[in-house]
Amino acid sequence: MSDAPVIGPAMTKSGTLMRVEGLKRYFDVSPPLLNRWFEGRPRQILKAVDDATFDVERGKTLSLVGESGCGKSTVARCLVGLHKPTGGKIEFDDIVVTASGTDHFAQVRHRMQMIFQDPFASLNPRWRVFNIVAEPIRAFGLIDAGVALTRRVHELLDLVGLTAEDGKKYPHEFSGGQRQRISIARALASNPEFLICDEPTSALDVSVQAQILNLMRDLQDEFGLTYLFISHDLSVVYHMSDSVGVMYLGRIVEIRSAAEFFAGPLHPYSQLLLETIPSLENIGVARAPLAGEVPNPLSPPTGCAFHPRCPFANDRCRSERPSLREVNGGLAACHGVEENRISETQQL
Amino acid sequence: MAPQNDSPPLLEVRNLSIEFPTRRGTLVAVDDISLHIDQGEVLGVVGESGAGKSLTGNAIIGLLEHPGRIASGEILLNGKRIDNLSYEQMRRIRGRDIGAVFQDPLTSLNPLYTVSRQLVETIKVHTDLDTGAARARALELLEAVGIPAAKERLSSYPHEFSGGMRQRVVIALALAAEPRLIIADEPTTALDVSIQAQIIALLKRLCAERGTAVMLVTHDMGVIAETADRVAVMYAGRVVETGPVASVIQNAHHPYTSGLMGSIPHMKHGVNRLTQIDGAMPRLNAIPQGCAFNPRCEKVFDRCRKERPELISIEQNEVACWLYQSDVGGVS
Repeated sequence: MSDAPVIGPAMTKSGTLMRVEGLKRYFDVSPPLLNRWFEGRPRQILKAVDDATFDVERGKTLSLVGESGCGKSTVARCLVGLHKPTGGKIEFDDIVVTASGTDHFAQVRHRMQMIFQDPFASLNPRWRVFNIVAEPIRAFGLIDAGVALTRRVHELLDLVGLTAEDGKKYPHEFSGGQRQRISIARALASNPEFLICDEPTSALDVSVQAQILNLMRDLQDEFGLTYLFISHDLSVVYHMSDSVGVMYLGRIVEIRSAAEFFAGPLHPYSQLLLETIPSLENIGVARAPLAGEVPNPLSPPTGCAFHPRCPFANDRCRSERPSLREVNGGLAACHGVEENRISETQQL
Repeated sequence: MAPQNDSPPLLEVRNLSIEFPTRRGTLVAVDDISLHIDQGEVLGVVGESGAGKSLTGNAIIGLLEHPGRIASGEILLNGKRIDNLSYEQMRRIRGRDIGAVFQDPLTSLNPLYTVSRQLVETIKVHTDLDTGAARARALELLEAVGIPAAKERLSSYPHEFSGGMRQRVVIALALAAEPRLIIADEPTTALDVSIQAQIIALLKRLCAERGTAVMLVTHDMGVIAETADRVAVMYAGRVVETGPVASVIQNAHHPYTSGLMGSIPHMKHGVNRLTQIDGAMPRLNAIPQGCAFNPRCEKVFDRCRKERPELISIEQNEVACWLYQSDVGGVS
């Protein structure tokens, strides 16, 4: 692993900003020790994220999609340091921030920020908005208190469509959409390059969601921000992303450029996800629902975790776990795709 | 709003207003709305949080929470008023004539009773079946809603089911007494999209088979598009546009409806920016005078700020907007 590198301004303005290799995050959900002793119950390890590998390009948006419990939020939390990964390597701008034995997280902490799902839970109800937005600036010691700080906070509030007056109010005085604007202002306060957005609009109404998505795109254009965007809503993902990673039961099953992904996904699970989006064009036409649900992550199926729901599964899928392989310029973890049993055009 | 034929619609809501008396004055959450649902019809009620859509549903099944109350208007089921019934009379209608499916399947089920006990209890309260027959019926219902190994799952508790399976149990409960109307309040909002598709397909199939009418309350236009026959769009306690689902979605007249459609991210179109409606739904204590949408409306003019528009027919839709009423004049 590399020795403590020096933080400096980014040398290049393109290329990979964040590189994640073999990221693992396991949770020990075993019964208490005495129960294990006396009842002979085994240890139980929940593999929330198992061997996730992906790159995020500078200035672009990578979206992670998947059903609840697939591990997408755990990935986000590992990247910003809210969870300590069980294994794997995270590199930010060529600085190894987490790998076995080394931890240079503090060096890059102010360069990445997170926007959370629930704007009602992620803002301290007892702080005024001014202090909420100023907190990262104070915490990282970026600007000394005084006129400069006040000016900077007002600038941030203005940037997200609020006024300087709003800084004097408390979070409860704002609607959900306005609170999410405050979250964005707070996230931008330390001049980050990388924003991790964990379902930023899923708690909002559609008309407000449109406002927030438009704002996030404008900010990306203005500041060259890089987003890791997490969502279960594929139409939102379509609107925001440059590339898309699909997760299923803790593993990435497909990762491709958004254009290719939405034109014709490779993995049968991706096809299922795309099929199940309600469309405003097919009025009165029911979606073709695929049977089955996400299996219990404590005892994932053998082989490919998706095989119980997959119409193309064969014996190999049931016994051997597929790894991510390059297919048509993207990556997919599927024996069927590799063996050419499933083509993009084939519909489920 | 009344249908053309002589027989009354299954459910008719006439000029319903719901208010909440508070220390700082009375808040009107639902303001003079009228709806009707015919036999076997699926009516979608769509709107953003705070539009009053869930309150309308709760008022119909008599579950308005204190201090909310029906201020005026009538609710008729098969031509008979049900809004003025006592709690006890209403309790008998709930379940037998009107079933309900709520958003969160975990809180709609009793965590201490097995699924079988909850189904059997509901069936016995509303029908003459004895326990044995009720158990057989419970099993039949669980099979109908697509629960695998239904026989074994009868003795399971709600926490042993996944979210999608729980919602299937709730649908089985709602259908237990073969009601003619089901009020489904955001039935799929708490579920993943792939499960959502299953639940919607199930609800639609079961209701079509039994001729059950559905009032589907949701904020998700996509769900409405594939399920509903007619749709009513609500904003700030009022119905702003109503009509056949295809006509409302593809040929929206009200600026709010068309803004709402434009703000939904679309897969097929390569739109770069979503249409955005600036601002937010007004709070109940600050509903603007005139048309409640006027501060957010792009096409606002003087009359919108002064007078409140009523629903009038435009093509297949009914729209409450002054843009289309200039020639009618003085309707209010």
